[in-house]
Formats: sequence, C-alpha cells, structure tokens
Amino acid sequence: MAQVAPARDHAGDDGGMDYLQRVPRRLVTVYLPLLVFLVVLLFPFYWMTITAIKPNDELTDYANFSPFWVVRPTLDHIKYLLFETDYPGWLWNTMVVAVSATAISLLCSVLAAYAIERMRFSGSRYVGLGIFLAYLVPPSILFIPLALMVFKLGLYDSKWALILTYPTFLVPFCTWLLMGYFRSIPYELEECALMDGASRWQILLRIILPLSVPGLISAAIFAFTLSWNEFIYALTFIQSTENKTVPVGVLTELVRSDVYEWGSLMAGALFGSLPVVVLYSFFVEHYVSSMTGAVKE
Amino acid sequence: MVAITKGVAAPRPRRGRFSRLSENRTVLGAGFLLPAAAILLVFLTYPLGLGVWLGFTDTQIGRPGVFVGLENYQDLWQDTVFWLSVTNTLIYTIGASVLKFALGLWLALILNEKLPFKAFFRAIVLLPWVVPTVLSAIAFWWIYDAQFSIISWLLMRLGLIHQPINFLGDPNAARASVIAANVWRGIPFVAITLLAGLQTISPSLYEAATLDGASGWQRFRSITLPMLTPIIAVVMTFSVLFTFTDFQLIYVLTRGGPVNATHLMATLSFQRAIPGGHLGEGAAIAVAMIPFLLGAVMFSYFGLQRRRWQQGGRD
Repeated sequence: MAQVAPARDHAGDDGGMDYLQRVPRRLVTVYLPLLVFLVVLLFPFYWMTITAIKPNDELTDYANFSPFWVVRPTLDHIKYLLFETDYPGWLWNTMVVAVSATAISLLCSVLAAYAIERMRFSGSRYVGLGIFLAYLVPPSILFIPLALMVFKLGLYDSKWALILTYPTFLVPFCTWLLMGYFRSIPYELEECALMDGASRWQILLRIILPLSVPGLISAAIFAFTLSWNEFIYALTFIQSTENKTVPVGVLTELVRSDVYEWGSLMAGALFGSLPVVVLYSFFVEHYVSSMTGAVKE
Repeated sequence: MVAITKGVAAPRPRRGRFSRLSENRTVLGAGFLLPAAAILLVFLTYPLGLGVWLGFTDTQIGRPGVFVGLENYQDLWQDTVFWLSVTNTLIYTIGASVLKFALGLWLALILNEKLPFKAFFRAIVLLPWVVPTVLSAIAFWWIYDAQFSIISWLLMRLGLIHQPINFLGDPNAARASVIAANVWRGIPFVAITLLAGLQTISPSLYEAATLDGASGWQRFRSITLPMLTPIIAVVMTFSVLFTFTDFQLIYVLTRGGPVNATHLMATLSFQRAIPGGHLGEGAAIAVAMIPFLLGAVMFSYFGLQRRRWQQGGRD
C-alpha cells in the first residue's frame, strides 16, 4: 500500500490512512503548527496572569528581570483591586444582570421555540425567520435609539436598563438554539400526552423540558456568557461608578489619566474572565457541541 | 443531530392527526410567543425604526430634534472622517475575515488529525472566544504598549528591530495590530465550527481518492472544500457581520486613533452620538452600516449557498 499511495500531505485525513504517515512528517505538519497556535492563542492569558502578580519595579524593568517570569510575586495589585476599588461591586452587578437577563431570555425563548417548532400555527415559519433576522441586528446599530428609550423610560444608570435590553440579542439566539433541540424530540411522545388529555402547558413542562435539559444548559451558558461579555450597552446606559459592570468598570475606572496600573488592570481582566472560564470548563462538551450544532443546522 | 435535519417546510406525515388534536393552536401559539415577541418588538424592532428616524433629525442629548431630511447624510457624504471610517471598516472586515478563515481552517485541519489529548486541545483552543472581548483586549493593550511591549522586546532581543514598534501610535501599525487582536479572538470560533464540519466528511472519500492517486492538495481541493462549503458560508457570514459591526476591541485599544486611522463606523457612531452628543448624526452613521450588512447577508444567501440554515433547517 505504502508504495502505491505515499501520502504527501494529510489535510483532512482521518482514521484509515494514518499508517501512511511517518512521525517526522507529522512533527512538521501537525505538531509544530499546533504548538505555534497554542502558544499564540494562550500567551495573552499567561501574560495577564504574570503581570497581575508582578511587583511594579519588575514590571517595567526588562533589563534586570526576564519579562517572562516573576521573581518576587506580589498580591498588591489584587489587594488594591479588591479593597480599594469598586471591583467587587462590579462583579456583583455583572452577576445580577447576567443571571436576570439569562433567566428572562430563557423563559421567553422556551415558550417561543416550542410555539414555533411544535404548534405549527399559521405563520410560524415567518416568525422563525424573523427571530433569525433579529439575531443578525447588531447592538452597535441599536445602542443610540435604545439609549434614548432607556432615558425616557427612566431606566438610565440602573441595572434594569441592561436586564431589559440584553434579551434583544439573547432571545433570538436561545430561541434558535432551542428550536433545534425541540425538533429532535419525537412527536409521538407529545401525541400520546395529548391523547391522554394533557394540555400544551403540561406537555411543555412534563415532556419537552425534561428531555431538553442539555439544550437548556447550553442556552443558559451561552446567554450568561454573552451577557457577561456585553460592553456597548453597559458603556452607554450606565454612568455611576458603583453601577458599572466588570468590562466597563475595568476599562473606565481603573485607567487613570496617565499612569496605567497595568498590574491591577490585568488582575481585573483575569478575575473578570474567571467566572465564564469556570462555567465553560464545567460544561465544555455542551458548549462545543451546541455551538457547532447551532451553526451546523 | 439526525432529527434536526428536518426542514421547516418538510412534509410532516403525522401532521393531520396532530393538528386535529389541537384546534386552537394559532391562539395558543400566539400566547406562547407573546413574551419573546413583546421584548423583541419593544427593544429591537421599535429602536431599529427609531434609529432610522433619528438619522433624519438633528436630535442631541437633552434636546429633542426636528426633522431635517437628508441633512445628516449630506454632511456625512462630505465628511472625510466618515469616509475614512468606511474604508477602515472594509479593510478591517476583509483583512480580519480572510485571516480568520485561513488560520481557522488550518487549525481545524490540524485538530482533525489523530492527536493525543484531542478533547483537551479543542477545549483550550476555544478560550480566547469565551473570555470577555474587552478584558482580552486590555491584555492586548498591554502587549502592544509603546514602551514595554513584549513583542518589541522579543524582536529586539532577536536583533530583528532596533527600537520598540509603536503598535498603536502609527496608523498602519495600529490597523495591523487591531486586526491581529480581532483575528486572535476569532480563530477559535471558525476553527471549532469548521472542525465540526470536517468530522462529518466520511474518511472513505479520502481513501477512495488516495487509491485513485490523488495528492494531498487534490484531496483537499476536491473533497474537503466542496464538502465544507455550506458551513464555511454560515461561519463566514457570521464572522463578517460581527467584524463589520465591531466596537469593543477598537474602543479599548485605540478609540479610533491615531488620527482616526482605526475608526470603524461603529466607533465613529458612538463617538459622535454619546460623548459628542449628536444623537442624530450618530444614528445616521449606524444606519449607513445597514446596507453593507444586508449586502453581506444577501451575498451569502444568494451567492454562496441557497440554504435553509437561515430558518434553522437544512437543505
């Protein structure tokens, strides 16, 4: 075999033809590029961490200290961040906003996805398309009119401004994702329940929801992550320091005019990323499969 | 996944009995849709219309505006900064999307190989996409520091350059830097999604092609790419849309500077509307993005693939 088809390159090879690959070749075509990708993709995180625990004199003294290592790690930046700024408050705000927006969006999305996918009422197809199109409307087009609305509704500078506006991008996304999950549940189950006299509401609560727990978890993780990462609305609708979310707070409050507190900035970025990273690492398989599943449709 | 492939309009064999069993389903459906519809109509559709209307007024913060017709657009037409932002947005979108696609596809092909700890690699590769953009952009801000950039330091140690690169201070360097940061964040999404597509391609196709004497490039060109096209179309549409309307990365790294060299339409719109107070003008810039977005969606829908993924189904 090997003489018949010496594999020159193995872009996309899978399973059966692996015996054609020799180790040195794989080293150059697979392992080396993979290593470079990993180093580049992960370096900023390493850099964040190392900067967050570096004392200030080492931070800017590349002549005497290797920038890639830290000789005398310090917790000063983290202490400053936690005890002398509003950072813990920002974490709390972000958490409250993200959890509330996720809960509201999930509730609306479950009902909407079930209605579109299973009730087959006239026009459900167009509603489905409309939901998809709504997902394509970017926040950077909406934030100006929304700012005006938020102001007129008296929500400016309050958490409600964010809790009520985040669903504009969460609901379309979650609905779309859940529609895919609901579609995979056999009709027969519902029909049996209908025959037995169950109402739509009971079917949803007793049959559909228990069967789509993985979908609900994915939708919740995605919604939470998207809310946690949101920036432009939080930047526009929130003014006072104590009401800010983490991304906005770190950027607008920790950067003083000239002196950049790189250590505490990096610590702020690190701690702000941790909740989503922890969440992600617990549910990584859900995450990956639903992300690819949602797009693969 | 199997059941998901049912199209929305596909015939449903049991539908007749099913619909007889729930005669009032239109009313019920409307009730179920109500919460989502209410939120979307109030906070998405209405603001979208309001935004278009604002583009025709001279509204400022704290002062209701009057209808001024096309004045905002006429002003923009003669505004060199606006046109610069359009150019920048196009450069940014095209540059970042092409790189994201090429590198993402490459990474997907690598991850599709037989590797030890594959699941682990796949998981950590997604990290840049998971963490908040603003926070990773702050890390990039520090990496791009004019004096203490680690990249400059490394290149100087290697003797490739003699003075630090002014990453965010020089117009072209700044453009390249923001594109690089955007690509860094975008690669994982493209790679993992394309990887899912690669895994659906049957290995027997490659085996057959190899037996027929196809080279690695030919196999890639004639099997991998055509089989992957539908997913590529979807991923790149999303990638282009989100890159085109990007705001956070630029706002953190350069705020549009130096001398507007990295202003995107979204950041210019923000700058004119919120700190500048000219809501009408900002809204006009935001509205000016819509034709580009529609163009991108149309291109992917009609040009690349006429697929049903837009409705959550599959061809």
